[in-house]
Amino acid sequence: MLAKSMLLGLAAGFALVTSAIAADPVKIVYIGKNTGNPYFDSITGGFEDACKALGCEFEFVAPATAEATSQIPFIEAQIQRGVNVIGIAPNSPDALNQVLDDARAKGILVLTVNGDLVGNESHRDATILPVDFTKTGPNQVELMGSMIDYKGEIAILSATTEAPDQNTWIAAMNDTLKNDAKYKDMKLVATVYGDDQPEKSTTEMEALLSNYPDLVGVIAPTTVGVAAAAQVVQSRGIADKVHVTGLGLPSEMRDFVKDGTVKAFQLWSPYNEGWLAAHFALGVLDGSIKNEVGNTFEVPNLGTITINDKNAMNTQAELTTFDASNIDDFNF
Amino acid sequence: MSSETAAGARDAAPPRPRWQVLLIRPESMTFVLLVLGIFAGSLLSPFFLDISYILRSFTLYAEFAIVALVLTMVIIAGEIDLSPAANMALAACLFAWAQASGVPMPLAIGIGLAAGLVMGAINGFFVIALQLPSIIVTIGTLTLYRGLAQVIAGDKSIRVPEWFIGIDKQMVLGVPLPVLLFVLLAIALGIVLSSTVFGRQIYQIGTNEVAARHAGIRSARIKLLLFLFIGVVAAIAGMMTASRLGSVRYDLGLGGELQMVLMAMLGGTYIFGGRGTILGTFLAAWLLVIVSTGMIVANVLPAVQLVVLGGLLIVSIVATNFIYSRTQR
Repeated sequence: MLAKSMLLGLAAGFALVTSAIAADPVKIVYIGKNTGNPYFDSITGGFEDACKALGCEFEFVAPATAEATSQIPFIEAQIQRGVNVIGIAPNSPDALNQVLDDARAKGILVLTVNGDLVGNESHRDATILPVDFTKTGPNQVELMGSMIDYKGEIAILSATTEAPDQNTWIAAMNDTLKNDAKYKDMKLVATVYGDDQPEKSTTEMEALLSNYPDLVGVIAPTTVGVAAAAQVVQSRGIADKVHVTGLGLPSEMRDFVKDGTVKAFQLWSPYNEGWLAAHFALGVLDGSIKNEVGNTFEVPNLGTITINDKNAMNTQAELTTFDASNIDDFNF
Repeated sequence: MSSETAAGARDAAPPRPRWQVLLIRPESMTFVLLVLGIFAGSLLSPFFLDISYILRSFTLYAEFAIVALVLTMVIIAGEIDLSPAANMALAACLFAWAQASGVPMPLAIGIGLAAGLVMGAINGFFVIALQLPSIIVTIGTLTLYRGLAQVIAGDKSIRVPEWFIGIDKQMVLGVPLPVLLFVLLAIALGIVLSSTVFGRQIYQIGTNEVAARHAGIRSARIKLLLFLFIGVVAAIAGMMTASRLGSVRYDLGLGGELQMVLMAMLGGTYIFGGRGTILGTFLAAWLLVIVSTGMIVANVLPAVQLVVLGGLLIVSIVATNFIYSRTQR
């Protein structure tokens, strides 16, 4: 009885697989860093709207925790499901190399979206980033400097120690502080990691405040971290002494900007990343876009997109700065 | 097992029918859950019931499963070791760091194995020579080993050479090598535990260590041997993980100790020692893989996955306790 139904299940499985090859719409899956991270809702929104407009199937999955290897079973499962496109915000620059190679060997288009495999770019087909990430670090340092008159002790509250993008930006922040005379009076005293968890980020922020009583600014280049840092500053009522900035979501930061806890922060439109990724993926699959460095293509609402060095694409040129004057114009 | 028939004889109760003896063993429950898991998985997703996918998925858990087999023996002997996952990371970091700084590969592997042995010896020293509870000792050393791994590797990953990568892609008769190693180790340890004097002594130590010592069993030596053994096996598992991932970081195998304990508990091993089988852990490892991959391939939310795994553990602990109290006391 059991064996019979298992056989039936097996047969049904094969039937589904073969029909999927025959006529089904393109299946796109996006694998986020972890669940419970509202940043990915916006990217997912872009994917969903594009798939509605273009006629593809979309799903979002993510592991419970943002560890280096927690995404591997999810990638394996998507290979097994026979999806056509895997978009991923990688939790590690190199632990995913082998399984991403497996996916590509099966003919799956692998795109890193909103984060890249820094140093291991050959293990994915292309990357979709909101802005040229080499500018993110310097932009953030400049924004912080403008808030604290370019002097005093500052600290960084990041995501995980492994997060490739955050680490690139932090390296660039260190370079900028060291090499640009404009920032010679700003001193980076600590870099701590909240693992993109609200509780841990809050604890780390409180530890920063106790360990460095002269701290005047905290840069949190991660949406979870900047909201947690702002929350700590708001509840302690020390906004006039400790300035918080970083990369945040307008929807999460609106209240902090309105009550003066945070003067300004930066980001881009995560929505456009999903929108661009879906358009690019379908274009590559139907042959209308060649995934080669130097090629250009048109995307509705975004204009002309150029495939840059290492098959990287950006949705916008510079970071957007949000403050009290413009925050109400953004609803993601 | 032999202790069961002995207990039956002592109570002078009529022998149970054979089917009943079989049915009320904890492993039987694990087996039933396994079959149910396969059935549920194939209902959840049409992509699940594919033997090569399940074998491939098993390679993601094989390193923990291999250590869990040895952990089962440690728990049966009345001790516990929560440090193997941290041991995996430290051994792998030392190995990767050595080979990256130019030490020839065989020597680097030797360093990794020796590190595992030393870590096992440290656990054994505190538990046996200093008579400290193993749960406290190994919570301490799990933190210590993980910390040392981070001191050595920092926050960067260390690459291993191209040819060393991909143990999980090595196929023997269509079975990935780590899975085959797991099966072979399970058979070997199953035989040792169930049908050698050494195996019987492990059960006796776990049931009543004082009595075992009075009966002339060298419990200190056997326990030390088990701690050394799990140390070396964890180091091997760490290097297997390095080969699978292609790089080593200090957080390799993070949280693995819970997965290992979960496998032993799901398989009906009694946390207070004296009872349990390798077969149970063997089946439980498959159960864990089946349930996890079944849910992942069906895109079940991670929160729901955690609820299901937690529920399974509770069910198995309650059932194990119930079965043991009915059959033994």
